[in-house]
Amino acid sequence: MINYIIRRLLLAIPVLLGASFFVFWSIRWVPGDPAVAIAGELATPELIAQVREQLGLDEPVHVQFSMYLFRTFQGDMGKSVKTGVPVSSEIARRLPNTLQLAAASLVLSAIIGIPIGVFSATKPNSWFDGGSMTFALLGVSMPIFWLGLMLMIFFAVLLPKWLDLPGPVLPPTGSGTWKHMVMPTIALAANSMAIQARMTRACMLEVLRQDYIRTARAKGLIERLVIYRHAFRNALIPIVTVIGLQFGTLLGGAVLTETVFAWPGIGRLLVEAIGFRDYPVIQGAILVITVGFVLTNLLVDVLYAYLDPRVHYD
Amino acid sequence: MATTTTTFDTPTPRPLIGYGPLRRLMRAPMAMVGLFIVLAFIFVGLTADWIAPHDYDLPDFSMARKGPSPGHLLGNDEIGRDMLSRLMHGARISLTIGLTSVAIGVSFGVVLGVLSGYFGGFTDLLIMRLIDIMLAFPSILLAIMMVAFLGPSLQNAMLAIGVISIPVYARLVRSSTLTIKEESFIEAARALGGSHFFILLRHILPNVVAPIIVQSTLQIAAAIQAAAALGFLGIGAPPDVPEWGNMIQKGRAYIFSAPHIVVFPGLATMFVVLGFSLLGDGLRDALDPRLK
Repeated sequence: MINYIIRRLLLAIPVLLGASFFVFWSIRWVPGDPAVAIAGELATPELIAQVREQLGLDEPVHVQFSMYLFRTFQGDMGKSVKTGVPVSSEIARRLPNTLQLAAASLVLSAIIGIPIGVFSATKPNSWFDGGSMTFALLGVSMPIFWLGLMLMIFFAVLLPKWLDLPGPVLPPTGSGTWKHMVMPTIALAANSMAIQARMTRACMLEVLRQDYIRTARAKGLIERLVIYRHAFRNALIPIVTVIGLQFGTLLGGAVLTETVFAWPGIGRLLVEAIGFRDYPVIQGAILVITVGFVLTNLLVDVLYAYLDPRVHYD
Repeated sequence: MATTTTTFDTPTPRPLIGYGPLRRLMRAPMAMVGLFIVLAFIFVGLTADWIAPHDYDLPDFSMARKGPSPGHLLGNDEIGRDMLSRLMHGARISLTIGLTSVAIGVSFGVVLGVLSGYFGGFTDLLIMRLIDIMLAFPSILLAIMMVAFLGPSLQNAMLAIGVISIPVYARLVRSSTLTIKEESFIEAARALGGSHFFILLRHILPNVVAPIIVQSTLQIAAAIQAAAALGFLGIGAPPDVPEWGNMIQKGRAYIFSAPHIVVFPGLATMFVVLGFSLLGDGLRDALDPRLK
């Protein structure tokens, strides 16, 4: 297994390099001069010349890319066109907020999604199964930013009206207290909750068809033990994988949720930067989220090999 | 002497649509719900010009932000335009985005997947590493990145959404091709002197059509969702275009005073995405019963 892990780590290197190259190259899609794009439209000719020299824009592409990688490794992702603040310090300030939101959403989706999936699988075609799977389908289908807005209407308008309260139950936007986290967490969690419920149900149904479940029942084991000790533990491996992969997807989804709730994370930073054509910030934010995504997927793969003794990796 | 009577079973009438995939599809109620939603959506998208009750682009400031009324069934938007008419025209835009981006995804993804699976070796390695790099980005982020750098427009949004679907098709077609190329009829075609191009076109491609159809149905749903997300972020269709995500973004400022401006485009997106997902799931079960 050590071999597998080492090989998997080595395979991640070209992917990370390729993704970084993509981000590095993206500035060239902007119509016009990349130096102007990076320095900002209002930059003086001197500043543009300075950027050109700093980035080595007159050098061949592979030299430019090496310089880009070297600078990025040192934590230098350039300066924000809008604020002049180094991109890396801006990202370092925002990243913990995004991680906090993504982690809270992941926990919430797992503690609700998995039990729903297990229960649905133990009573297939019951009203609970039908109802929860319909909800799960709606959860996958609705745009998460729209769900966020619906939560706002619910917690800030409808609920206070029904309960006859003077103000919103939860603050619609901003950050600072746990109350600010409730709505963004629910909005971000809904989609992966639905995916986990469907996945858990499918895995459980598959496991419950196995011979050893029949054996467990035949030897007179009570149903609860059959479900939890024999079926659920075996179904857990693919479920854990899906949860791990969800974390990366949540990082991407955070862009939308953070925009809705004005949550000061890296996703909102990205969207604001797009509005200002602040390309160094856009590149930095995308690179950091992508590296996070690749590393999470890598960790899940390695965990999978560790968790499931049946899987052999050559 | 006992008389024997021979009875003949009345022949059961031959089912109109046979026992093939179509019959399996029609027997799945959820898939039929999906098909109904999809057909309704396509119908509205195609006929929006004729069936929309009002001019979708005509503001009426006296009606701004008014809720549903008999004259305007879904109310009016922030500058008094009829919401229902805008949603109907939005269906056309979503349909266009869905089909165009799927066309982009299919054309590039299928070519890459077939080449990768059929030739294997270095070609496979090269193409699959490229696909891995594309999959390194959360897909919505890749779309955001492309639109942010290429410049916000409907065309660039469609292009970006199409590009993010390429890896899905490439992997799907590659795995199907890997299975099919081991079949004896491919060996026979090769023994008869069939060229690579001939074998790919006549023997491999027709056999990967079914999974492509299934994936495309699901992909249209994903494309509509992604387009709405880009519209909501303000980097999709131009502001005055009645794209559903755009409408939600515009209505956001009035969410507490006129929630209907936000509610209806979201519901429309949700139901259309649901319709394509249900139909896609149904098609998968119908075309490949082994997967059920």
